[in-house]
Order: sequence, then C-alpha cells, then structure tokens
Amino acid sequence: MTPAEIREDVLAGSELGARRSKAPPLTGAEVDHLVDIFASEAKFSAVDMGDEVCLSFDGSGNLDVGSRIDELYSYQSHRGADMLELFAIDYSYKAIKTMLSYEAAQMKTAQLNVIAPLQYGAMPDLGRYSMPDGPVPNWSELMPLGRIAEARDAQVEAIDHAVSDMVYVADGMWEAGADGMDFDTAAAAGDGDFLATLTAIEKIKGRYPDIGIELGMASEYVLGMHGELTYKGRRLAGMWPKEQLEVAQEAGATMFGPAVNVNTTKSVAWNVARACTIIKPCMDVAEIPVHPNVGMGVGGVPMSPYPPADAVSRVSRAMVDILKCDGL
Amino acid sequence: MACTHALASGMGGMRTAGDLVGRMQMTRGMRLKQAKTYVAEKLGCAVADLADPIAMHDVRRDLGLGRIPVQELTYPTHAGAMEAKFHIAEVLDVPINSVARFQERAGLRPGGAV
Repeated sequence: MTPAEIREDVLAGSELGARRSKAPPLTGAEVDHLVDIFASEAKFSAVDMGDEVCLSFDGSGNLDVGSRIDELYSYQSHRGADMLELFAIDYSYKAIKTMLSYEAAQMKTAQLNVIAPLQYGAMPDLGRYSMPDGPVPNWSELMPLGRIAEARDAQVEAIDHAVSDMVYVADGMWEAGADGMDFDTAAAAGDGDFLATLTAIEKIKGRYPDIGIELGMASEYVLGMHGELTYKGRRLAGMWPKEQLEVAQEAGATMFGPAVNVNTTKSVAWNVARACTIIKPCMDVAEIPVHPNVGMGVGGVPMSPYPPADAVSRVSRAMVDILKCDGL
Repeated sequence: MACTHALASGMGGMRTAGDLVGRMQMTRGMRLKQAKTYVAEKLGCAVADLADPIAMHDVRRDLGLGRIPVQELTYPTHAGAMEAKFHIAEVLDVPINSVARFQERAGLRPGGAV
C-alpha cells in the first residue's frame, strides 16, 4: 500500500467507527501519527521509552508445551508477561465448576511457583445454560418462533445459573490463593451474558474486597438478545465500550478490556483506526486500568495463528500512542 | 504474538518492574500512571527505571523481589517464588492472597491453622 492509500484507510476506518459508535473521529494529529506508523518500512515498531504499558496476557497458561504451570513460568520468564492467567482449555465457568477442585489445586501449585500476579480466567458463556447443553429452554430457538416472552424468561433463568457458577468458582480460586478472576469475552451471548457477569462481579467483590477482577468484552457492541435487561437502571443492550466500562467500574471490576473485532477484508491500518476511535471515549471516564484486547482477530491484529510481527507491533504501538491506555 | 507485544509496548514483566506495576493494576485497580508512581516510590527509584532491566535487576536483588533464573545465574540463595512474594507484599504494602494463605496454612499467623 502507498502512504496515500494507508491514509485513506485510516480515515475510512475512523469515520466508520465514529459513525457506528457515535464517538468523535480521530483528530488530524492522530491520523497523521497512524499513517506514520503504518507507512514506515521498518520491520518492527515500538512505543517510546517510558511509554511502556502492562501486558495482562489473558490465556497465558495454555498448553503449547509441557504443563500449564510450565507455560505460566515460560510467560513470566521468557515472554515478558506483567500478569499471568491460569485457564482450562474448556474456557467456560460452567465447565470449570465441574472440576473446580482440580483447577483450584493447579492454582495453588502455580501460586507457589510464580511471582507475577496470577488470575484465573474463563468465559461467562451464557449460551451453555440453554438446551440441549443446559437446563434452560433455548432462547435462540424460541425467538424465531415469535415466543419472545419465553425467550426472555429463559435468559433470566440462565443468568441465575451463570452467576451461581461464576461465584462458586471464584470462591474456590480465592481459597486457593488466586490474585484475581478474569471474566473473558463477556457479553458474547448478549445483554443477558453481560448482566450475569456484572452481577457475579458485584457479589465476588463484596465477598473479597482485595480480589482483582478483569472484565474483558467479546466485542465492541452488546447485543440485545433479551433487549430490556438493565444494570443499576442502565439498559445493557446497545452499549459501546465507554458505557461498558462505566458499568464494569460500578460493579467493582479492577481492570477493563474493551474488544473491537477485526474486519478481515480490510487493512490493519483501517482496523486499528476503527478500534482506536471506538475505544477512545473510554479513556476519559476510566477510573480503572483499560487494557484493549489485541489478540488474534481483535483490536486490529490480523486473524492468523501467527500474526506477522510487523503488523502486531504496529497495532501494539498504535493502541498505546493513540489511546494512552493502561495496558494491553 | 506475545513476544511481539512484549517488545513493542510491554513493561518487561519480571525482567523489570512490570509484574509489580501489574499487581497494583490487577488487585488495586490503579491506572498506569498512578501504579508506576506508586511502585517507584515504594522501590525508591525513578519511574523511568521501572522498565529498565539493568536498573531493576539490582533493585529486585536488594529488596528480595525475585529475579528470573538463567543458566549462569540461578540465585539459589536469594528469594524466589513464594519467598519473593512475601517481600513484595511488604515492600508494596499490599496484601497478596497467596502469601496470606501460605502464612495461615503454615501456622505463621497468630490463630492460623497448621
């Protein structure tokens, strides 16, 4: 791409993000800076010295090699992780509940071996509570039949189950020595999923005031699968990152991770400009650290198992330079 | 991808003071500037030193905050893992859950179960 084409993409991405989320577009200086970053022919790009941020590394305790604790140790010692996360491959609190004893034992052993702060993470995953996987009527089947009231009732019932499971797992992890809990890809199943997460956070923070709680979102926009659910009087459906952050703070989260999914038909520059525009309003109201998601396919990082370093480093730098965020 | 982010924008984790700043973010909800300032004051160093592996190597050694063992330098006589977290809790003046559990279950706290 030529610098002119990159500028065109940055402007188009920002304009679309601004129009959809009703946020201001990037300023002229911000557009110029993104163009400088993406038009550079350097293989790698990085923030200025002194501007480094904390990397929270959701999903750092995976099973690429050895045991999960080996992986945590590797992230701590060799990959520069500022925070760590233990998780199981079935990344859902509903699944974790059934093997909490085993997972909590892993957490205890991990805590004896690592120094960096270590949280436990999984998805709220409200959809798992619907039939045939769960006990509640399937709202996705009820809605096309026009049985809207039943679909809504099913979601409300599922919320109770999900809250109960998230609190149950947090109880076990806190007893095992966890520094925090991560509720990752919150609102993946819409506003009911988000309400369950906020309710669980409030309960957990009430029980354990010193616990860290990261709330990471599934996407930029909360889908109204129910449509009428509220948290402390605010309608959840249709919330963009700024509003998501505000309710996360109110619930008691200590870290917030906005997520903006990539459009794989567009350039990295286009996606980063759009993501920065959508997330930027968060930074003015943030009372807790904001760590935008920049894993595969979010925040502008290409949808690839091995995203190129030239692209990822530009995403990393752009997020920090433009948003002045607290971490990634 | 993890390594790319770490090099492009990360504080450096235990190579520096990234884990200490991260702890203040995760468990105290401190924003970045506040967390960096807090940690620098507690460590008695400049904010600019926090992401400097050379400066932090000495600070971590002096305060017993744990360092990364490498082939040539394994620090067997220095604080590591849980031992280092005892020091981190004291130096940063924050409760660390795993340290509190360890004290309780090792009978190191008055009234703690043995």
